[in-house]
Amino acid sequence: MEIPRHWRLKKQRYGLIGEVCPHCDSKIFPPRDICPDCGKEAKDEFAFSGAGEVYSYTTIYNAPSGFEHTIPYTVALVQLEEGPLITAQLTDVDEEHVSIGMPVEMVTRKLREDGDERGMLVYGYKFRPKLVVAA
Amino acid sequence: MRKIAIIGIGQTKVHEHWNLSIRELAGKAIFAAQKDAGRKNFDALFVGNMLSGLIDQQNNLGAVIADWVGFKGEAVKIETACSSGASAFRAGMMAVASGEIDSAMVVGVEKMTDAAPNDITSALATAADSDWELEQGVSFVGLNALIMRRYMHEYGWQHEDFAPFSLNSHANAAHNPHARLPFAISEKQYKNSAMIAAPINLMDASPTGDGAASALIVPLESVHNNKRAVEIVGSGAATDTLSVHSRKMPLFLQAAYLSAKYAYAQAGNAPEDIDFFELHDAFSIMAALSLEACGFAEKGQGPRLGLSGAIKLKHGGIPICTRGGLKARGHPVGATGMYQIIESVQQLRGECGEAQVQGAKIGMAQNIGGSGASIITHILKIS
Repeated sequence: MEIPRHWRLKKQRYGLIGEVCPHCDSKIFPPRDICPDCGKEAKDEFAFSGAGEVYSYTTIYNAPSGFEHTIPYTVALVQLEEGPLITAQLTDVDEEHVSIGMPVEMVTRKLREDGDERGMLVYGYKFRPKLVVAA
Repeated sequence: MRKIAIIGIGQTKVHEHWNLSIRELAGKAIFAAQKDAGRKNFDALFVGNMLSGLIDQQNNLGAVIADWVGFKGEAVKIETACSSGASAFRAGMMAVASGEIDSAMVVGVEKMTDAAPNDITSALATAADSDWELEQGVSFVGLNALIMRRYMHEYGWQHEDFAPFSLNSHANAAHNPHARLPFAISEKQYKNSAMIAAPINLMDASPTGDGAASALIVPLESVHNNKRAVEIVGSGAATDTLSVHSRKMPLFLQAAYLSAKYAYAQAGNAPEDIDFFELHDAFSIMAALSLEACGFAEKGQGPRLGLSGAIKLKHGGIPICTRGGLKARGHPVGATGMYQIIESVQQLRGECGEAQVQGAKIGMAQNIGGSGASIITHILKIS
């Protein structure tokens, strides 16, 4: 049970809130105190659009504890349209239909259950293939 | 800083040691190093270990092992994930080089087989970013698979192009009595082995195991008549972002580049001076990336050294993983860096039999923690 740990990351996990550097305008996710591009302090919040594309992907069959019940699942490095790479599960798609460069969008999903049936449900971002809206 | 040397080494076989605890493993390696050195005393004990707090329910490991070997002086555990062994070695080396102490016993030890496989998977994954990688369910193999898939995509390699790394490590391990998997494998076995996390299959991945390896470090001036003494001429360490996703160049091991650069500068050597290279082939993709970062291949061209045969023992190129590497000697994570060091000592002393690199005078060892976040490089030399 790590309730405070999950609680303090809720903005980032549910809303994909990162940072924009006030000095060099670099977009940063996950947030960090020092801008990786210019080395100056970065604390201004920035909401990412959630749009991106698959940079790389793999499917996990031997899962770490806590994820055994959801195997197999596909994990990707997603390049957000604002620049940063992010590690996230893909959802609503089978591995054979995933390819590098595929457009994806962020959705909120259950990541895992913390502990037994009384444990808290951990929610966060996953990415699904970008939905095409009919005109 | 004064010059320093290794005068004794010891190791256990990397194996499923059901009858041995973590302290017994460490003790066996230390006693062997003392015997090899022909002396028992040392001033401080440095322990490299990653998982004792998670798997063995045992922290304060410096004191645990000091107690077991009957030592009452200073003892610490040093942890940098899978590079804990080399980090402990570097700490011991710096302590002796600085003149603060006159001898350091370093032991890398890991006891992995007491835990269930998915608990080991979880424990190993703690080398990655807990909040931003692990919470998405990615395993350590998974992170390496993400790197390998993109690497193949960008540089146009096929999976079988990585086979020589695995085949070479296994062929060399066949001559190492301490190896976890001391047998050769065929290209067909490589191609047909089970997929773990595509594109990584079982023959791309190193096996875990129990093991300990140890070395005794002293000032070079105190052993100048000892022809078996191996001098530590270069040492460098560097870090990179913890997460793969935070790197500007996810396909380049920046910390390997930096740590090798520091080690080369200290030793006054360049890649062409290195007679053999004990690199960190936890996964075959890491062998390629390590060769590239250390100046043996251009970016994206590491697999060429495998395909051309340059990594083999008797080819005149840059022999790697001469005692089996992580792939076939085995990867008892926090001990691995010390296995690389003592295997380099064996090569330089000319003790490797059929796996001997003829005339080897300068060897390099590189240990990687996490998916490239913590990397330590050492250059050893015999006169």
